[in-house]
Amino acid sequence: MLTERKSGTTRRGLLRACLAGALACPAPAQAKSRVVIARDADNAVDSARLLALLDRAVQAVFGADSPIEAWKKLARPGEVVGLKVNCLAGRGPASTSPTLVEAICERLQQAGIRAGDLVVWDRLDSDLESAGFRPSTRSGRIRTIGNDQAGYESDLATFGEAGSLLATTLTRTCDAIVNLPVLKDHGIAGVTMALKNFFGAVHNPNKYHSNSGDPYVADVYMLPPIRRKVRLHICDALAPQYEGGPSLMPHWSWPFHGLIASRDPVALDYTGWQIIERKRAEKGMPTLRAARREPAYIARAADAQHRLGTNDPGLIDKVEI
Amino acid sequence: MDRREALKTMVTLPLLTAAGAGAGAGTPAAEDARFVVEARFYEKMPSRRVRCKLCPRECVIDDRERGYCGVRENRGGTYYSLVYARVCSAHVDPIEKKPLFHFVPGSLAFSIATAGCNVNCKMCQNWEISQARPEQLTSTFVPPQKLAGLAREAHAVSIAYTYNEPVIFCEYVLDAADAGRAAGVKSVVVSGGYIQDEPLKEMCRRVDAIKIDLKAYSQKFYREIVNGDLPSVLKTLAAIRKHGVWSEIVYLVIPTLNDSDDELKGLARWVKTELGPEVPLHFTRFHPDYLLKNLPPTPLPTLERAKAIADAEGLHYVYIGNVPGHPAENTYCPKCRRVVIERAGFTIAGSHLDRGKCQFCQQPIPGIWEGLLHL
Repeated sequence: MLTERKSGTTRRGLLRACLAGALACPAPAQAKSRVVIARDADNAVDSARLLALLDRAVQAVFGADSPIEAWKKLARPGEVVGLKVNCLAGRGPASTSPTLVEAICERLQQAGIRAGDLVVWDRLDSDLESAGFRPSTRSGRIRTIGNDQAGYESDLATFGEAGSLLATTLTRTCDAIVNLPVLKDHGIAGVTMALKNFFGAVHNPNKYHSNSGDPYVADVYMLPPIRRKVRLHICDALAPQYEGGPSLMPHWSWPFHGLIASRDPVALDYTGWQIIERKRAEKGMPTLRAARREPAYIARAADAQHRLGTNDPGLIDKVEI
Repeated sequence: MDRREALKTMVTLPLLTAAGAGAGAGTPAAEDARFVVEARFYEKMPSRRVRCKLCPRECVIDDRERGYCGVRENRGGTYYSLVYARVCSAHVDPIEKKPLFHFVPGSLAFSIATAGCNVNCKMCQNWEISQARPEQLTSTFVPPQKLAGLAREAHAVSIAYTYNEPVIFCEYVLDAADAGRAAGVKSVVVSGGYIQDEPLKEMCRRVDAIKIDLKAYSQKFYREIVNGDLPSVLKTLAAIRKHGVWSEIVYLVIPTLNDSDDELKGLARWVKTELGPEVPLHFTRFHPDYLLKNLPPTPLPTLERAKAIADAEGLHYVYIGNVPGHPAENTYCPKCRRVVIERAGFTIAGSHLDRGKCQFCQQPIPGIWEGLLHL
């Protein structure tokens, strides 16, 4: 009796085909992190030009045809979106521009997010006020609130060397966060941008500045509500500061007229750091390493324990527009 | 209500607002100018920066920023303490709770704290206040004279600056100790000893006793668990002795982290050599808390081993703490070995001291005994 051989693909054939296919096709390249540097040539970036700059940046990050389409990829109607600003330096370019925040709120509302579902927040009401934001919790309006008013969780959140109480605006109020740091030098941490801006989400940031913020900056960002909820970083680089930060020192800032946007906080911070270093070199200032405040926390955030993004220039897709 | 809330309300409000010390209910978190005074120990730097000279950390602080302690702020190039008379916790405790065993045993200490600390011990039992910023806690304004008056009303022999780190509210300690002394109330400080020479000298001029928490006898522990440094604290201990202020040492024994024979032997030798055998040394039991919840409470045999090592090195007054009823809570005469002060937890069960001497053999027992209850 002849045994009829099954037609079609055998197990051996399947394995052979798979192996051949795998060899024939190159392994998928590791996805690059896109960092968009959008700059305006004009010396006076007014609200209309800033809105246009924002649109270019966000569209480029999301690869969208229109700004509204881009923002729709970020949040759905019904979600509460928090805008984490940086206000410690008071009014001026060392704090997040209120005009930028207005522009983002406008676009988010056009993308279907209700005004009452937008929350502008930072550590203190007084910080917000001094930077030009008006604290308000009126129902149905855009809320602006400091952690001192909203409060903190009572249970510790921990990762590595970080142990903190998190702001309830982050943990309870918001579903999604748009991070809005400022590009500037920092007298202890070297630079401060996307990663470090979440020191404004914990009750004890003063405990995290030793050793130029390493590993604290990366550890704080690992706290689950931060890591899980942040969807986009837009760094205010309208007038960055290359020395003397984080306080406002106008003589050490320069007109860059830019926004730096990314979904990868590590790639953004690495890119911003290089911009600061170039400016320092141009001004004859020592590198941050020579100044003994190299921001080692950026590499830490990219390591195997954190994996918050990449600091490898070869894996950063830098788009300058 | 959680533990943090309970600590904020139960501890503070009954004592202070009921006693009429504050303005109605505890002051809310909002900024209050009464709590803000210019810092005494700092130097101005270019670009509106300041350098804090209160503790060895020497924070360099930008305008609108705070130091590591979280309670001192640079405002336009001038450095301020935000916790002057800003009391967030108050309690009348037995002095044995500090613990100070050779300082008027059986007396009460009117104990107060503010927010903040200049280290960040992973085993902190009071992290809810020590690691908070002042505006995050409900506080009451208790100026120095008021504090001295409250202590007297409570029949407290002393004001104890405790629970958090008194170094960081140094300006208040100095003024309150002066006010207390004028009112006949002593002052005792419970500290980690992380302080610079000048503020320590000022403190030693005014206070009557200092208890130092020596967290370990290894720099590695100080670096990894405390975020401080050992040599600075040892220097403080030696300086307190030199200034002639009564001092006792507490060593919290944490399983696997600071309990090796070598470390304990090194500690005991250092104390005997640099401070003398008569400085009391308390080995206390660790309980898991804050960021060190992965370790068990200290086994009793570990504490007894620590005491045996220190005894063998020749220290005269070695105690075991946080183990109520243990015989090593008692004070023994180093000469005749009889019990001269018998304790049961924080209570004095018996005293056999006569004007600072053992009743049985007349051996002087060092300490501050004025006002000791004779039972």
